[in-house]
Amino acid sequence: MNSPAPRGGWLAERAPVWRGLSAVAGRLRRRQDSVQSAVKVLDGYRSLARDLATARRLPGAAAMARGLESLYATYHAAITRPPRNLRAQALGLLRDEVPAIMRRLRPTLAWVVLLFVGTAFAGGWLIATYPALIGLTASEQMIDHVERGELWTDGLLNVTPSSVLSIDILSNNIVVSVITFCAGIFYGLGTVYMIALNGFLLGSVFAFTHQYGLDGRLLRFVMAHGPVELSVICIAGAAGVALGDSLVRPDRATRRESFEHRSRELAKLLAVCALLLVGCGLIEGYVSPDPRVPMPVRVVIGLGYWLFMLALLSGRLFRLRRP
Amino acid sequence: MDGDQLVISSATGVDIALPIAGPGSRAYAFVIDWHFRALIAGAWLLAGMFILFGAFKVPPEPEQGNRFALWVLLPASAIYFLYHLVLECAFGGRTPGKRIAGVRLVTRSGDTPSLGALVIRNLLRLIDSLPAFYVVGLIATFSTRERVRIGDLAAGTVLVLDQREALSAIDQLGATAIADPATAALAGDLVARWSSLSDERRTRLARQLLRHLDPGASALSLEVMNGTALKERLETLLRGAAAP
Repeated sequence: MNSPAPRGGWLAERAPVWRGLSAVAGRLRRRQDSVQSAVKVLDGYRSLARDLATARRLPGAAAMARGLESLYATYHAAITRPPRNLRAQALGLLRDEVPAIMRRLRPTLAWVVLLFVGTAFAGGWLIATYPALIGLTASEQMIDHVERGELWTDGLLNVTPSSVLSIDILSNNIVVSVITFCAGIFYGLGTVYMIALNGFLLGSVFAFTHQYGLDGRLLRFVMAHGPVELSVICIAGAAGVALGDSLVRPDRATRRESFEHRSRELAKLLAVCALLLVGCGLIEGYVSPDPRVPMPVRVVIGLGYWLFMLALLSGRLFRLRRP
Repeated sequence: MDGDQLVISSATGVDIALPIAGPGSRAYAFVIDWHFRALIAGAWLLAGMFILFGAFKVPPEPEQGNRFALWVLLPASAIYFLYHLVLECAFGGRTPGKRIAGVRLVTRSGDTPSLGALVIRNLLRLIDSLPAFYVVGLIATFSTRERVRIGDLAAGTVLVLDQREALSAIDQLGATAIADPATAALAGDLVARWSSLSDERRTRLARQLLRHLDPGASALSLEVMNGTALKERLETLLRGAAAP
């Protein structure tokens, strides 16, 4: 097939149309306010497709074909852009997507919780049997505090105000959850290690404080924020294991597709978990270190927030409002 | 994917080929962005200290330390760590560094990435930056066909070369002093490919074109003009200025 020769008439005829389309290309990122303008964009897109196909076959018009292709790509992106409705998307996420992800994650979550509890018991047993090993899991400062008969959390509010403490705690918790999730990229092994380490640390610290009769006070400290905080770390762990599983046993055509699909899905769950950790940080900054808050109140806060988390992740919280 | 291009199929049957940015462009954009965010965060840190305490140091009192943490350290950290995410969301996959390096982020279907995709891409910087200086990310960009790091793999994003300047070929069509659009297209093409052609070939082509476009110029005057002058004459005509 012969390539057509450059046609000055054709170019002269089309040039004003392209300039017009180029002039409105900058506005395409914004929402179209009427059906007429959307139809105009569609017409422009079709005409650009025809012109680009022609220009690509014209000798000596490579620069213009590149320009047309760039313009065509801009129109293509505007037309294929998904609709944006933040309120509906957020509601769909909390009511349908997150509960569905949680249902699929349930068996993995059960294994992760088992690992966490198992390693907590292992840590507790190790320190109860060989107390000298506490130096492996706790800092010198923490050991000194406990040996003096006080918790490292005592008088925390005298040193740091609640607002700063909350921000410090919630950012730390979010980072730990994100690392636990991201470590799943190493075929899930990184996450397994993180969960086991956290469980081991928790068990060993409780066993250590038990030896000095401080375990009750430690429980009192963690009662309000602990249930949700530990649950969220286990959920992030389950998400990390599932991420690793997408590489070990891909459920799509390729490992890459499987990894991409699973990580985008699990990131939504992680975003909701991060919001829950913000609440945990506020409780840990304002309620947990305050000695005036009695234990029953801490139990009510801890249990209430945990039930709220269950309702949120199971979708019940928003299903109630469904018409 | 086709070679170093991201080929996007469209409903019209005319495909779009976006050139994929290599590790060099990616690293260049990152280094520029790193300087921007470090400078902005550092400026906030210094300005905050000076405004709060009147000096570039934190007083030893605990309450001053708390004020420093809340009003200076926290916002500076937020600037440093959320720089990419916030700017990529605000400017459709572009940051100042990407703009300067001439690259932009798109999804594999050529669209602007969604908020969720940008969040996951930036979360996985944690892995890409391991063990230091983005070694994992760099290995990934060298070893993947689409030159992407792990964050991009997870988010389904690709860094492509921004071809905004290509649009100027269309805008030039109306502004040029060259009456025949086909010849204007040829002249534009020659100027665009100038550096990729040999000196002998580009000067010969430029003289041939200018004989048609610039009848006022004698054959002798064109013969004595060097490559730079010929290119300048072509650019002058393309910009719309009449031949002197």
